[in-house]
Amino acid sequence: MQLVENNRKSKPVVVDHPIACEAQNDQLSDESLIGSNIKYLLLGILFGIVFVKAEIISWYRIQEMFRFHSFHMYGVIGTAVLVGMTSVWIIKKFKIKTIQGETVVFHDKKFQWGNVIGSTLFGLGWAITGACPGPIFAQIGSGFTVVSITLLSAIAGTWVYGLVREKLPH
Amino acid sequence: MVEIIKQPWTWYVAGVLIGLTVPALLLLGNKHFGVSSSLRHICAACMPSKIPFFQYDWKKEAWNLFFVAGMLLGGIVATQFLSNPDPIQISSQTVQDLQALNIEVDHNLMPSSIFSFDNLFTMKGLIFFVLGGFLVGFGTRYASGCTSGHTIMGLSNLQWPSLVATCCFMIGGLAMTHLIFPWIVKLF
Repeated sequence: MQLVENNRKSKPVVVDHPIACEAQNDQLSDESLIGSNIKYLLLGILFGIVFVKAEIISWYRIQEMFRFHSFHMYGVIGTAVLVGMTSVWIIKKFKIKTIQGETVVFHDKKFQWGNVIGSTLFGLGWAITGACPGPIFAQIGSGFTVVSITLLSAIAGTWVYGLVREKLPH
Repeated sequence: MVEIIKQPWTWYVAGVLIGLTVPALLLLGNKHFGVSSSLRHICAACMPSKIPFFQYDWKKEAWNLFFVAGMLLGGIVATQFLSNPDPIQISSQTVQDLQALNIEVDHNLMPSSIFSFDNLFTMKGLIFFVLGGFLVGFGTRYASGCTSGHTIMGLSNLQWPSLVATCCFMIGGLAMTHLIFPWIVKLF
């Protein structure tokens, strides 16, 4: 038991990624495929409902945003960032533990040129599809089933990135 | 109560709920909010093809796949049971701009003149679904994050590379909307 405790202190990251992943899983205790993950399914459902109800998945709302004709999307994203920032600050300040009793792990992001080039490419795609990766899933659920082609193409895009990664400037 | 829920939700309600996803994921199990990584896990699970970028234990990241599956289900729930009976309110300036570009504006969340299977094998389909989707998938992975991973999670954790990424998302979006889009619609 002592060994496990020491191990937890010295090695906070357990999932071994060859190359950094931005949505890390830093939980140390074991997780069962269904039992542990069902809570993320439920959270995803709530998230999907918010996406549809606040019309964030709407192609028109994204057009309004990029044309500066509506405050809606800026309000949503701005509020979300403020709430997220405050929450992270509170978690760090009061050292709030996870429900498993583990210390919450944060990662610093290292700048790489993909943050500029890749982000701009994504921005181009965002304005065409009216969707970032999250809303793509909610759009399909909302009955715009043709967006599943967009999803397949996005998976293909990710795959091609993995293939040519070594040749790209980072 | 249900009547209120059926109305479109205001920006601050949505913003607070989306923002709360960050601590919810962190406290439920040390998970970092991010959606585009799910696309990478799908690649790693279905067609790793010996590419080093996809060689990792994706099962440990399965939570991310459950999360996006939930989003799809949430889309179904919201549309089937909580759908707004009134037509979507779009800014009149945007409607004018879109009409000037010959894009039909209807009352759904998405313009059905574009997002329908009839367009799949046309120029519209190629650009809106295939090219658009490819840019989203390739771009977010190259950027190592999307609106959730960079703009919301990254900025929440005060990461300056995420601020750079967010600015570039906007630059790309603005360039497409104002410079490239008017040229693309001439192809239809």
